[in-house]
Amino acid sequence: MKNAPTVLTLPVGPRDHIIGNPDPLVTLVEYGDYQCPFCGQAHVVVSELIRQFGPELRYVFRHFPITTIHPHAGLAAEAAEAAGAQGKFWEMHNMLYTHQEALDPPSLTRYAGLLGLDLPRFTSELAQHVHAPRVREDFISGVRSGVNGTPCFFINGVRHDGAWDFETLAVAIAAASAPVPAA
Amino acid sequence: MKHNTSSAPNSPLPEGQPAPDFTLHTTPDQTVALRDFRGQPVILAFYPADWSPVCGDQMVLYNEILPEFRRHNAALIGISVDGVWCHLAFARDRKLQFPLVSDFEPKGRIAKTYGVYRHGDGVCERALFVLNSEGVIHWRHVSPIGVNPGADGILTALESLEMEGATS
Repeated sequence: MKNAPTVLTLPVGPRDHIIGNPDPLVTLVEYGDYQCPFCGQAHVVVSELIRQFGPELRYVFRHFPITTIHPHAGLAAEAAEAAGAQGKFWEMHNMLYTHQEALDPPSLTRYAGLLGLDLPRFTSELAQHVHAPRVREDFISGVRSGVNGTPCFFINGVRHDGAWDFETLAVAIAAASAPVPAA
Repeated sequence: MKHNTSSAPNSPLPEGQPAPDFTLHTTPDQTVALRDFRGQPVILAFYPADWSPVCGDQMVLYNEILPEFRRHNAALIGISVDGVWCHLAFARDRKLQFPLVSDFEPKGRIAKTYGVYRHGDGVCERALFVLNSEGVIHWRHVSPIGVNPGADGILTALESLEMEGATS
């Protein structure tokens, strides 16, 4: 009996939040949860990878909130999307990962204020869960791609099953970007 | 892939075979009987132990995916050799919304019937069975003990069951 191949089933496209070159050597996709402490550690690693690899690397973040154990993770993901609707997804993304200890609804509104978002629009979108379907779509795309916990990385569409410290990911990214050696 | 070294090789019941019935405790005074789920697909998730980190992730992940399972009208049952009090505490801590049943006395009897008991370790394999609405095994999968198999295989199995239902 063979495991289903653990590849990304939803290709990176216009729906995604992307940092970097549209025509990169390597695409790193992360499924993450804003309330997951391991994802908080991974955020630091990813920021460093983006600095190190520059235009060779394209980074994509998708939501995988495990609300069963992280009760604020779902609304936090919606908050990132609501900020994205006002052109500030990555600013909110960084804000959430650097304030993981306070992701309750009043804190989310406070962060939106600090980022200069249109607050009535932001709070109304959160209250009506306008972005919940998008968050769930990310989550299910992860489930269908074999995501079984967070953080979960895909390098050029293939699930990275090893450790996700800086050195391990940097080696895996470098290997994925290296030209195939001549025989 | 590394082979199981701690126990005699298991042979999980194959697809096409009727799933053996069981009645097991889910709380000290409540039982769950497999036959009561006739008429709907059932996901049986055998796992080694409450509280161990991977199992926690696996059961918590399935809890999160319950709406998708329900969309296929499927019931989910978790099974391990842990006792009912342990299951109760675990389910409460993780806020699980599906039954965990206790294959506790005689220990592992049902897991042995399904061919997914690790004799050397005294726990269940990490094994998934998807049963059709007649209680026949439609799909099964055994993972390495430390690997959370995720839910993609389950969803694919439920979809293929629906395709069969639509064409028969």
